Parts: sequence; C-alpha cells; structure tokens
Amino acid sequence: MAPFQLAASGSLGYALTFGVIGFGFGAALEMGGFGDTRKLAAQFYLKDMTVLKVMFTAIIVAAVLIAGATAFGLLDMSRVWVNPTYLWPGILGGLIMGVGFVLGGFCPGTSLVAASTLKLDGMLFLLGALVGVWLFGETVGSYETFWISSNMGRFTLAEWLGLPVGVTLLLVVLMALAMFWAGELAEQYFGQKKPWAEISLRPRHGGKVVGAAALVLASMVVLVRGQPTPAQKFELLGAAVQKPVAERAVFVHPAEVVQLRQDINVHAAVLDLRDEHDFNLFHVGGARRVDPAALTRPEVLKPLLAEPSSTVTFLMANGEGPALEAWKALKASGVTNVYVVEGGVNRWLQLYPVDACVAAPAAPSAADGDRLAYQFAFATGSSLPSAWPELAVSRSFREPCAPAVSEEPHHGGHGITWPRYEFAKKVKLQAKVAVKGGCG
Amino acid sequence: MATTKEARPYVNPYLAGTLLGVVLFLSFYVTGGGLGASGAMTDIQTGVLRWFAPGHVDRVAYFADVAGGAKNPWANSGVFMLAGTIVGGLVSGLFNRRVKLELRKGPGITTATRVVFALLGGAIMGYGARMARGCTSGQALSGGAVLSVGSWAFAFSIFASGYALAWFVRKLWN
Repeated sequence: MAPFQLAASGSLGYALTFGVIGFGFGAALEMGGFGDTRKLAAQFYLKDMTVLKVMFTAIIVAAVLIAGATAFGLLDMSRVWVNPTYLWPGILGGLIMGVGFVLGGFCPGTSLVAASTLKLDGMLFLLGALVGVWLFGETVGSYETFWISSNMGRFTLAEWLGLPVGVTLLLVVLMALAMFWAGELAEQYFGQKKPWAEISLRPRHGGKVVGAAALVLASMVVLVRGQPTPAQKFELLGAAVQKPVAERAVFVHPAEVVQLRQDINVHAAVLDLRDEHDFNLFHVGGARRVDPAALTRPEVLKPLLAEPSSTVTFLMANGEGPALEAWKALKASGVTNVYVVEGGVNRWLQLYPVDACVAAPAAPSAADGDRLAYQFAFATGSSLPSAWPELAVSRSFREPCAPAVSEEPHHGGHGITWPRYEFAKKVKLQAKVAVKGGCG
Repeated sequence: MATTKEARPYVNPYLAGTLLGVVLFLSFYVTGGGLGASGAMTDIQTGVLRWFAPGHVDRVAYFADVAGGAKNPWANSGVFMLAGTIVGGLVSGLFNRRVKLELRKGPGITTATRVVFALLGGAIMGYGARMARGCTSGQALSGGAVLSVGSWAFAFSIFASGYALAWFVRKLWN
C-alpha cells in the first residue's frame, strides 16, 4: 500500500515531492493550452471545449486509477484526503468563481501557467486573485456561520447514491464521455460554424473510441473487483498493523485505561462490544455499547474517524477475541488511537472486583466464545464502584451489600481504595495523518 | 524570451487531460492529497501581509490559522507545489516556444479594458475560491477524482454561472 511516508515537513525532500508534482501539474496544463486566456474563455461560447475535455478527462482518468488502486490494495482510501462537503458555501463559491472565470479568463491554477509563460494578463489575474483571497480573509469573519454551514464532512457520490464505488465510477465515466460527445458537436456548430446537416453524430477519430472504451472497461474491472472489505484491507496493510498485534502493543492494561480516564488532556472513550445482556449486568462507566457487526457502518464509523487526535478509544469484550477483531476492522478503516483492553471485562472485574453478594465467579464453561466469567445476581450497569475505579466516591454508587437500613446519609459511601497495579504504558497518542489538498 | 520561431500547437486535449489525470493520481498516491493552487495563494498573501501587519494577521482568525504566531506560511506543501507549477509551465512553454511577453485579450477590447477585467476577474475568482475551500484544481479536479459530492456540485456551479454570464460579456471575448 502507498505508505505516505513523506519526508518531514520543511525538509528538502518534502519540498521536492510537492515541487515535482507541481511541475507535472504546470506542464500538463501548459501543454493542454491552459496558458491561453482566449482558449479558456472560448469554453463559455461553446467554440472550443478544451477546458471541459482536459478537466473531465483528468478527473475520470484519476478517478479510475484511484479506485483501481484501492480495489487492488495499492492505496488505502481511508487515508486519502477527500474534500469535505460544505454544500452551500461550495455552490456559492463556485457561482462566484464562474463570474471571475468569464470576466478574467482564468482560474487560479491556469493563471499561474499563463504567468509562467510571461503572459501579462495571467500575471494581472494572479495579482487580482491574491487581492481576492486577502479580501476573503478580511470579510469571512462577518458571515462565518454561513461559511461553516451545511458541513457534510467526507461525503462521496457513492455514499450519496447508495451505490458501490465501481458502479458510481462507471456512471461518472459514462457521463463525462457523453459530455465530450456533446462538446464536440457544439465545437463544430459554434466554433467551425458548420450547419447542423453537415455535422456527423459519430466521433471522428477511432482513437477517441478506443480511449473511451479503455476507460469504460477499466471502470468495469473496478466494479467487478469491488472495494476491499475491512478484513481484506487489514491483510493488505501488512506488517504495519500485524506486528503490534503479535507484540501485544495494542493490548492495554486496565489500570492504564483507569489512569487515562483521569487525564484531563485525553478523552478516553470505551466501546463495549458485548450483547445487551452482558452490558446491562456490568459495564465500565461511560462505555457505549456497539454491535460489532455495525462497527464499520458509516453512522458508527464516521464519528470515530472524526474524533480529535486527543481521543483514545478502548475496545472491550468479555475476553479479548471480539475486541481484537473490532480493532482490526477499525484500524483497516483508518481509525487512529484505538486499543484493546487487555483481558476484557473479565480481567477488569478481577482487578476491580464487585462485592460477593452481587456476582460470583462462574464455573468455567466448556463452551467456547466470549463469556462473562461472573455470575451476576442482578444487573448493575455502571452503578458499582468497579465501573469507575478512578473515582473514590460518588453519589450515584450503589451499595447493594450494605445493610438495608442506614440512619446516616451516605453521600457516596466511605471511599474505596483500589490496589495500585503496575503496568507497561502502551498508549501512544498519534496525530492524524495530516493529508490535505493543496487548496484546502 | 521571445522566439522567432512559431509556437508549437497544443497537444490533443484528451491527451493533456490523461497526463493531468496521471499527475493527479500520482499526487494522491504519493502524498494522499490532490493538486491545488488557491490554498498556496492564501499562504503567500498572508505571508506578505505578515511582513506589513503581523499583529493584524494574529488577530484575524482566518489569517491566524495560516500564519499566526510561529506558523510559517512559506513552508506549506501548497507553496512548493505552486513553485513547481510555475516551473513546469515555464519549461513546457520553452519547449513549445510559447514563452513570450505579451498580453492576450479578446479582439474587440482595448488593453486597458483587459487589464481592468483581468484584475477584477482575478479578485472575484480568488474570493470565490476561498469561499468554496478550493479552486478549480483543488476542489473540482482533486475532489472530483475522489468523487466528493461537494466538489461535483462546485464544479457544475462554476460552469453554470460562467455560461449564464457569458452572453452578457460576449464583447470581452468575441
């Protein structure tokens, strides 16, 4: 998989990487004629559809290559920057840019290329654009609520249409090809002033048909192949994720979880992967129950991906098995700072035991599977001190084993002191992959 | 660097588009992000502004985000990409004998008109690009290739307003 192990920001390698990509960008634009304002403006009079052709060819070629690379496990899509959708600011910004385009005859990227080939109009446009971005910075504060409105986050056409990536890709390719075909007809009619009767509806060159067929075929391959499942992606990620599992670097001692729950710089979230029955009997305070099967569904996964890098997510099962599987699925989906609680709830209850009147160790069952090793007399949820080892006292702690009638108000009991456990620190907060589009 | 020889013709747009698409893919493959130009313009503009009014940069949230405090706007990836874009355009222009100091405009307008509209169009474009969080390359091209909904809506918005206005300003270009 593409590793994105870029040289450190600010180093020469970093500068060169982006410089070389920019070089290819500038050269491709210049070769296509994007340095000539008249060619760009002619797009809006349907005389020369170069802008449409170059732009949408680039989009569909790149889209096919990207989807193909992810389908064949060469690229991890969860780590690719997808421009977040801010629908209405984007649409209004686009409408404003259309005005700028037809008045000034460039867009920011093309004006760079025009300026580089010493076109004065390109340089002037560039100067104007710098003033424009300055004015935006000065004024956006006055309507910030609009600018950050309709934020749909990472939202792709495939998700919007509810279709597989391959099908969406094929539709996009077909739409672009239809646009090219209509564009060429328009060029003949408006550009070359041919009467309609003389314009053939068939493409004029065989090469175009071959190119179009190649793109359609490639997107069909992507469609048939499909995008990798989390399990497949985990395999593809290779040693980078398999080594920490083998070395048990992802298994965190319960005492470390307790310590991080007290750390105000960190948000320690606990996801409980057991069924509702076990969850109701006992769960760690503040834990959220998640069905392991639903873990990679967008409604569960998206909030996890959106967590800031100061959030650590701990996965908990009765033992370790389901939590480790969940860890693999989340890791493959690009969630950072996620760990498995060592030994699960069973180990937790061993270290932070509940009173004997509540639960007793269950006889080891012969049945396999992720079993709670304690027999609870009743459901306790997170109402016992064991669920909150970081708290010595709490008003909401229940004391089921205390004498039923008590004259003294308890105000949270007598205070509990748990033993101090030694543990090896495993949690290392990781900043998110700082991948951003050049325009971001 | 005016040349006496004729400029070479532009390459077939589909070929240029394919090249651009491959560059765009490589950008995603190597860096995880796409291409762009207007983000770097913000970096440069804010960097210049900081020379003259550092306190102002620190106080305006949008500028502070780019160059506030110890942040260095000149070392952002986009600035390197922008420099590369200029060099790439220049090299391609030199190879194809298209590097020539000149002002291009529609046939029916004066140079002064072109100057005014290039500046005005640029300012409007720059403003809109930041509102949309990216320009034609950073949003439409890069976001389009990863099938972002917002980027596609944005791309069609540019064309929609461009075509809607084109007839009214046809004297500029025809």
